[in-house]
This record gives sequence, structure tokens and C-alpha cells, in this order.
Amino acid sequence: MAGLRLPTGEQQFYEKAIRKARRKKKIYKYGIMAGTVICAIFAALFLLPTILTITNSFMSKSEISANYGAVFQTTETGGKVFISKTVNLKFIPDIVSFSQYITVLFKSPEYLVKFWNSMFYVVPILVVQLMVAMLASYGFARYKGRVREVIFFIYIILMLMPYQVTLVPNYMVSSWLGILDTRWAIWLPGFFSPFAVYLLTKFIRRIPTEVMEAASIDGASEWQIFSQICFPLCKSGLISIAILVFIDYWNMVEQPLILLTNDELHPLSVFLSKINAGEISLAFAVAVIYLVPPLLIFLYGEEYLIEGISYQGGLKG
Amino acid sequence: MENLKKISDKTSGSFEKLNRFLRRNADGQTNERGSVVNRMRKSFKRGRSTKKAMRETAVSWAFLLPSLMGVLTFFVLPFCVVVFYSIVNNPIQKEFVGFFNFERVFTNNAFRQAAYNTFKFSVIAVPLAVALSLFLAVVMESGIPFKSQFRSFFLSPMMVPIASIVLIWQVLFHFNGIVNVVGMYFGGPKIDWLKSDKAQIVIVVLFLWKNLGYNMILFMAALSSVPKDLIEVARLESATDSQIFWTIKMRYLSSTVLFVTIMSLINSFKVFREIYLLTGDYPYKTLYMMQHFMNNTFASVDYQKLSASAILMALVIIVLMFIMFITENRYGKDIEG
Repeated sequence: MAGLRLPTGEQQFYEKAIRKARRKKKIYKYGIMAGTVICAIFAALFLLPTILTITNSFMSKSEISANYGAVFQTTETGGKVFISKTVNLKFIPDIVSFSQYITVLFKSPEYLVKFWNSMFYVVPILVVQLMVAMLASYGFARYKGRVREVIFFIYIILMLMPYQVTLVPNYMVSSWLGILDTRWAIWLPGFFSPFAVYLLTKFIRRIPTEVMEAASIDGASEWQIFSQICFPLCKSGLISIAILVFIDYWNMVEQPLILLTNDELHPLSVFLSKINAGEISLAFAVAVIYLVPPLLIFLYGEEYLIEGISYQGGLKG
Repeated sequence: MENLKKISDKTSGSFEKLNRFLRRNADGQTNERGSVVNRMRKSFKRGRSTKKAMRETAVSWAFLLPSLMGVLTFFVLPFCVVVFYSIVNNPIQKEFVGFFNFERVFTNNAFRQAAYNTFKFSVIAVPLAVALSLFLAVVMESGIPFKSQFRSFFLSPMMVPIASIVLIWQVLFHFNGIVNVVGMYFGGPKIDWLKSDKAQIVIVVLFLWKNLGYNMILFMAALSSVPKDLIEVARLESATDSQIFWTIKMRYLSSTVLFVTIMSLINSFKVFREIYLLTGDYPYKTLYMMQHFMNNTFASVDYQKLSASAILMALVIIVLMFIMFITENRYGKDIEG
């Protein structure tokens, strides 16, 4: 008997295994570094356009036309302003000036009017859509029935339809009701959008039924269960859905283009594309003002937003 | 409390009745008696459950009512009218013409161009969006530092309105723009990005910029829900990383891949926004999308053409969804996440 001595080859085997593990650890370390670098590059690319827009809004009129004249061919340079043949991209303006903002905010009201137009569309849609959806999703999630399942499926299909499909029926209804070219043409289809219903139903279905059953045994009416148990439990879901709905309607372009022929009622998103030509220097400031509300919401509700997106995953759930 | 008492009284009363029956049954009655008991039991159960079920149905329909009415008036019913319009010659005469309107749309050059461009864009952009965001999510979940900061950075384009950054994109991709300046510095050709066949590349980049973060969050959520013990066991069985990824993680991700593909597809139809804001009503011909076609048709108020093309679009999307659901069912059937 060899006693305590290791069998031949055993020692080499263990040494080899240790070396292999070390090499693996090293590879892992390099992998993490490479991953960080990749993420950093992507992050820089992702942030660049936004940051450039913000910094450029602090340039004075002449600086913008000097830098970007080659792109936008402004005719309003006035006097001897040097225009380079190609553009100069600048991260930081030579002179930080708030003159653009002052013009936008105090001297030319049309931009602010369009900004408030956007607000007037988004806020009522947000409030009413969430209210309608809250009721409906409680109806879908609390009890089950064959017909309701079919209807829920129709809601999902409607949610997935692009504007090219849904705008045609919307347009027809609006023209029959005579609300084409008024705010109602945007509001009414927005109120009943099935998107929030779908998400909230998924959210409510995750609340254990025992909670509601217990309340019902304790003698709570259906409305009490809805308003005092279901609603408070859904608050975080409501906030995340509200953010998603806000983004959707703050960005809208298709609906106003088709449903509103009157330029006065257009939101800022459509209007911004039309001022590019003439007053390019103001456009940057307007763009930043337009960017502020969603940015604030993002900073406040990023966690909710991420939660909301995660809830969307898995259509069948 | 009173309610509770009443309920318990009621139930105990009926239990007594049932017990009496059972006892009689046990006292050597024939089989027929037994069946009576069973019937009794059943009817007892059904009587209560139907009443309860009816109440529940009424309640849930009451909650559904507002949304249902809105959806019916603004989406479902008018869509039926759209179907009707697509098979008649015009909204006033209402003469049945079969598939004539569809033929008219199919032979329309603008429609063909729009459908081809939209299709081509989706075929290029959607797989790229899915693959790149999955790659980013895997990198993010591999334990790199500053994860939450990177996540915010990637998600930020989703919040930025397109209208706000259109200016910068013009500065970047204009004929005299930055990309050309840099490209020429390295000896590349000067390309008019937005007015050449390269235009779709710009839009794909813009689309990826906007959508990668959103997709990445979806994948990250799915990746973190893969059971850890499964991966650990695989490691112990000396599976390589790529084996773990393809045979374990991908199985759990399959429903998310489906969802991300569907969402990217839907968002790829929304890319009209970017194109409109960058180039206006009449873009370069490779950028002429379905929505441009619809807008121009709206301008000429041709209901039949609009209806026919809307229905075609809806059909294509439904078929695509159907195919994707079936493939996903095949692939991820044995996993219930």
C-alpha cells in the first residue's frame, strides 16, 4: 500500500486545475474591463446628441450661424460674420449667453404657445386615460370570463397596431363627430387607448387574490375593494405607466399631422421641425425647453420607468 | 361582524340538511338514494355559484364599461366601417366592388415604394436592435462597475423628444456636416447622407439610438430572472459560458426575445417621426415610408385607398405576430417563467 502518497499523476492534475482556474480568473477580469469600455463607448455615443443640444443652446446667434451656417444656410447673419465652409462642432460655446432663452421666453411668444399646446394635450390624456384604464383593468383582472378574455385579446391586438392602421378609424370617427381640427380629435382617442389597460391589468393580476377575497368576506363593497385595496397597491404601477404614456404623447407627431390641419393647435414637436429653416439659433433653445419636462420626469422617476418597462415583458403573462 | 355571523348561520344550516341526507344514505338506502344526494349536493353548489358568478360578471362589466365604450366607438366599430369601405366603390354609392380597391392600392407606385421601404427598414433595423440590446444587456449583467449609471445613460434617449435632437442630427449628417468632415479627414468620400441611398443608414442609427435602452432594460430584467441554481449546476458540470448562454439563458429569454422583437417592429413603424422631422413631407425616395403614403392619401381624402391600405397593414402585422407566437411556442414550450 502506498499509504498517504498521492497516486501518480494526481499532483499534476491538481496543479493543472489550479492553473486553469487562475487563467480563467484573469480572463474574467479582462472581460469585465472590456465590457466596461464597451459600455462607456456606447454611453458616450448615446449621451452626445443630448449634451450637444444643451450646450449649443447657450451660444449666441452669431456664434451659431458662424458654426452651423454651412448646414442651415441662414440668411439672417447680418453684417460681416464669418461663415466657415464646413461646420465646427463645439462642446462648449465661446461665450455663454442666455440671449436665446430670453428671446424665446419673453420676446417671441409663439414658441411658448406651442409648448403649452403640448401640455394641454398630454395632461388631460394622462389623467383620463389612467382613470379609465384603472377601472377597466380592475374589471379584467378581478374576475375571469371567456368573453372578457376575448376582449382582452382584442385590446392587445389594438395596442400592437401602428398609427398607420389606427389613425384611419380615428380620422373617420372624428370627422363624423365634427371634432376634426379641434383638441378633442387628439384627446378622445387618447383617453381610450388600450395601452394602459393592458399594462395595469398585468399589474393587478400580480396582487394576490386572497387580499381582495379577505376584504370581500369582511364585508367590503366592490367599490371599496377597488378604491381602498387595489388602487393603493397599484400606485407604483400607475406612476410607471404614467411616465410611459407621457413620453408617448409628448413625442406625438403622426396624430396632429393628420387630425389637425390648423397650425395653431399643433404641439411643439411638429412645430419645431418647421422653424429649422429660419431662426435656427432659437431652435436650440426651444429644443432644450421642450426637453426639460421629460428630463425632469426621468430624473424623478427612473426607477418607476425601469419597473414599468420590466413589467411589459412577456405578452402572455 | 354581523355579516359574518349570518354567513356562518346560513352555511351551518345547509350543512345540517346535507348531513341529514348523508345519514339517511348511510342507513342502508339503495343506490338511487345516493344519486339523489349527489344531485342535491351538486344543485346546492351550483345554485350558490351561479348567483355569485352572475354578480361577479355584472361587477366586472360595470368596471369595464367606460373603456369598452370608448374603444368600441373609436377603434373597433370604425374599423368595421373601414373594412366596409375597402370593398365598396365609394362612401356614397356603396356599390360592392370586391377586391378592386386592394388591386388599386397594389398597383399604386407610391404604395409599393412605401411598403418596400418600410419592409426593408424593419428587416434591417429590428434584428439589429434585438441583437445589439441583448449584447448590451449581457455585458451589463456580467458584473461591470457603474451598472446603474450606464443604465440611465442608455435609457436617456428614450426620454429625449426626437424633435429636440433633430437639429443635432442635421448638423451631424448634413452634406457639410460633422460626419462628412471627419470622414473626409480620414480620406472617405463626401456623402450627402440624408439625400442618397445611404439615408436609411442614418435612420437605422437614429432608431437604434432611441430604442436600444428600452430593449436592454427588458433583456436585463429577463436575464436576472434566470434561476441561479441552474447556472451553478451547469458550471459544476463544467459547461462553458457559451453553452450556459445558449442552452440555459436563451431558453428563459425566448419569450422576452419575442416581446422585444414585437416592440421593435412596432417602433420601427413609428420611425416616420424621425424621418418627417429630419426631412419634411417629401423625403428622399428610400425614406418614403408607409406613413408618408398615408398622410398624402389623407390629404386627398381617398377613403377607399386608405381603408384598403390600413387593412393590408393590419393583416401583415397580425400574420407576423401569429408566426412569432408559434415559433416562440415551439421553442420555449417546456419553460413556464
